Amino acid sequence: MNAIYIMWLRQLKRYFRSRARIIGSIGQPLLFLLALGFGFGPIYAKAGDGNYIQFIAPGIISMGILFTSIFAGIEVIWDRQFGFLKETLVAPVSRFEIMLGRTLGGATIAVFQGIIIFAITLLVGFRPELSSIPLALIFALLISIFFTALGTAIASLLDDMQGFQIIMNFLVMPIFFLSGALFPLEGLPREIAIITQIDPLSYGVDGLRGTLTGLTHFGLAMDLGVLVILTGITLVIGSYLFSKIEA
Amino acid sequence: MFAIEVTNLTKKFKEFTAVENISFKVKQGSIFAFLGPNGAGKSTTIKMLTTLLNPTHGQVQLNDFDVTKDPNEVRKNFGIVFQDPSVDDELTAYENMDFHGVLYKVPDNQRPTRIEQLLRLVELWDRKDDLVKHFSGGMKRRLEIARGLLHHPKILFLDEPTIGLDPQTRNHMWSYITKLNKEEGTTIFFTTHYMEEAERVAQEIAIIDHGKIVAQGTSTELQEKTNAKTLEEAFISLTGQQIRPEDATPMDNLRMSRKMFRR
Repeated sequence: MNAIYIMWLRQLKRYFRSRARIIGSIGQPLLFLLALGFGFGPIYAKAGDGNYIQFIAPGIISMGILFTSIFAGIEVIWDRQFGFLKETLVAPVSRFEIMLGRTLGGATIAVFQGIIIFAITLLVGFRPELSSIPLALIFALLISIFFTALGTAIASLLDDMQGFQIIMNFLVMPIFFLSGALFPLEGLPREIAIITQIDPLSYGVDGLRGTLTGLTHFGLAMDLGVLVILTGITLVIGSYLFSKIEA
Repeated sequence: MFAIEVTNLTKKFKEFTAVENISFKVKQGSIFAFLGPNGAGKSTTIKMLTTLLNPTHGQVQLNDFDVTKDPNEVRKNFGIVFQDPSVDDELTAYENMDFHGVLYKVPDNQRPTRIEQLLRLVELWDRKDDLVKHFSGGMKRRLEIARGLLHHPKILFLDEPTIGLDPQTRNHMWSYITKLNKEEGTTIFFTTHYMEEAERVAQEIAIIDHGKIVAQGTSTELQEKTNAKTLEEAFISLTGQQIRPEDATPMDNLRMSRKMFRR
């Protein structure tokens, strides 16, 4: 057994033991799915774009993945406050391995969370292209790794949970709302269009929507390319920042 | 040969100087006690010695590896029992041990036997499958000690290891540690507030106060120097009677808020 594996395993054990966390992190996406999905459904249909549930489902799956992975990354702060981080920081393995194990663990959880939400969307009437599920899983995994690594990178710079609200309100929420998870990216005002193009989650949502429903704004190749590159960069930056943590 | 060589080590946090220009050497295979009142700089020093904090000035070498230049090599040379809790609440006692064993590269075939031996030593074997969050403070402390002893490092740091332990466990722990020191030549570096522990096991003692080392030598030497009958008297005459204030850290505040959050 090695360090990456045991770090991964730890993240999973913690997650599956915390039923409150699993249920809690389904609540919010579920609310969005039902309230917005059915609330805006009639207007969306009148506008001539068809079934809104069909449109919003990949966005809500991305939302679940986004929140779960950012939280998994931010968990570094918990571990720092409760001492466990030190135990891993002085271990005779490189901090890159520690960071990678954590990130993969968090990403696995996020993908799992995405699958649960996916199952729920099926219940409320989402009808995806079943043959494209493997490709959708790859997108889900990329989004997960990217945002877990991003969460880890941010957490490495913070001492305590004080900054957490700021991250939620000024980073995570905008990333979600301006990603095209809830509305089509076509025909937006120029300023908003530019912001959505900078938002990494836009490419994740678009990739998931493209594979599951065939509807894409940027094109799957573009989505995949952007996500792969961003994930690579974030892993490098994240592991650098993680390796500089002092306790 | 020296296991630890500290030269002109200084640590400043903004205006505050926690450790000021200290130097000392610890012989390989010896037991070294690092004493001082609360807030004297003991833990800060240990953090710098174990790559958790970067020194502001000065040098630290562990088995000839520099802590700032070669942290990965340094980390292969030591083990540590921290002063504050560092076990994972959401894992069982056994999982905490196993996790440590894998991370610290205890061979797969030795791990289960050593875990059992140590959990029995601290009398937690029958609780091995319980989640640590259900443990009392003392039990967590015992687990922490067992975990720190799981891999056999060349240098072992113990930061107030016996705090909150009953005399029985304390005795078991010290006999295990002195045995480790004799049989495997492990260098032991520890801090404590129990002077009789230092007197009994340490070959060399350094006393730190206000970030500076105020005295160093064997227990007898320190007593002779201060005309004291015991190490405790010597300690008090060197560091004064005053009780040291300690501020709440962000960590204490967070512990509070997590307790409330959990309800």
